[in-house]
Amino acid sequence: MRPLIAIISARFRLLLQYRAAALAGLCTQVVFGLIIMMVYQAFYRSAPDTQHPLSIGQVITYVWLGQALLAMLPWNGDPEIRALVRSGGVAYELLRPVDLYIYWYARAIALRTAPTLLRAVPMVIMAMTMFGMKPPSDVGSAVGFAIVLVGTLAMSCAITVLVGITMMWTISGEGIIYLLPSVVTLLSGMLVPIPLFPAWAQPILEILPFRALVDAPYRVYLGDIPLEQLGWILLHQWVWIVVLIVLGRHLLKRGLTRLVVQGG
Amino acid sequence: MNDLALYVRYLGISLRGQMQYRVSFVLQTFGHFLVTAIEFISIWVLFDRFDRLHDWSLAEVAVFYGFINVSFALADAFGRGFDMFGNMVKSGDFDRVLLRPRSTVVQLAGQELTLRRVGRLIQGAAVLAWGCHALELTLTTERVALAVLVVGGNFALFSGLVVVQATMAFWTVETLELMNSFTYGGVHAAQYPISIYGKWLRRFFTFIVPLAATSYFPIVAFLNRPDPLGSPAWMAWVTPLAGFAFLAGSLCLWRVGVRHYTSTGS
Repeated sequence: MRPLIAIISARFRLLLQYRAAALAGLCTQVVFGLIIMMVYQAFYRSAPDTQHPLSIGQVITYVWLGQALLAMLPWNGDPEIRALVRSGGVAYELLRPVDLYIYWYARAIALRTAPTLLRAVPMVIMAMTMFGMKPPSDVGSAVGFAIVLVGTLAMSCAITVLVGITMMWTISGEGIIYLLPSVVTLLSGMLVPIPLFPAWAQPILEILPFRALVDAPYRVYLGDIPLEQLGWILLHQWVWIVVLIVLGRHLLKRGLTRLVVQGG
Repeated sequence: MNDLALYVRYLGISLRGQMQYRVSFVLQTFGHFLVTAIEFISIWVLFDRFDRLHDWSLAEVAVFYGFINVSFALADAFGRGFDMFGNMVKSGDFDRVLLRPRSTVVQLAGQELTLRRVGRLIQGAAVLAWGCHALELTLTTERVALAVLVVGGNFALFSGLVVVQATMAFWTVETLELMNSFTYGGVHAAQYPISIYGKWLRRFFTFIVPLAATSYFPIVAFLNRPDPLGSPAWMAWVTPLAGFAFLAGSLCLWRVGVRHYTSTGS
């Protein structure tokens, strides 16, 4: 356990160095958040009388929550692992006296939390004071949100590592990495909240793992998913996390047996 | 060899280089196509739920979306050299460019013509074609002229933005990600008619980054429908020129930047 905490904290401190990048990213996200928010406002104004699954106020909070936690989504693999597989440096990774999967998973935890912490706090403060984001509907949803968010992080890291492992097959890593952000943002409910999807698509999206990344935590925050359903949400989330981890470990084992160390 | 011939030659080299990795090229193009297609799915989902966006239909928004993506794909493909400029300043490689007795703009623009952007281009063109078909727009000389004007104006505007972003690197060394909010944010915003946004955002995209001028007004004329913002019809023919003015301005800024350049050494 000790080496893992050391890995996480070292990576964490390293990633916190990129403060200027975080600031630039923050500005970009504010602009995007505003544009997305105005698009929703325009859509809701076009059909003011009909009953929608989410109110415009809820959607606005959802949008800003999404911008605040964007860095937590598994929208890329660990760029350094990609470089390691390409250059052959992955050989050094094999020499370390820790389980490779757990080591990569620990790196992923740092990769997904450090940038999020840098961005989320200022983003939430700005969005709540200026752009109409609301706090959780009650204490219960706030606690529920925090619990679901732990699973979100666990799943995000599992997907990050899984993508890193597929690199052993593709080397250049262009294929999956390229499609990942689009697939994840669409299927998780990041681009459009899942309740706004056509009725036929919703059961499919609710079975797939990705909803646990965005749809589940955000709607618990909004109070749109009542706390009585929290058990099901967590069951869905953690079953998928276990599946993704088992799959990742299995692929890693197979990948290592056929791994060719690039370079000399 | 004059600048144009040199430029064409540069592009030829870049294309041949990319064609060495044919499978990778096909996969990347296909990937690019899918990525942009998923973007359009999200617009479709919203229309499926809300039916209309003010008085705009999905087919009309498709025309906006198509035009913006076609022009952005072109600008992105041709402007790649400027996009990578930050690294050049950091490594000091720009010294070499300065030593050659040729325009810096031609040398940078000729660095790469990114072929895989064809994916976004095809997707944008397909959505545009579908929109025109659904609206039963006939092909008149006026429409073709407007289409050329829209693509040209937006291409110039986006190229100008890439040049401005590169120019910043003369002062900051690092390419500022900040400019992405103008380019990508602009692309995202202009996929919808600009009339749906709040006043200040509309002003921003009219007077600072003139996307309303290069896309909104001429596309409204292209659709042959009255403008909810109440602009007169002749404006459509004049405003796209703002894109070219923006590009000219950014090239002037580039000159100032080149004079300001100090090598990082090493």
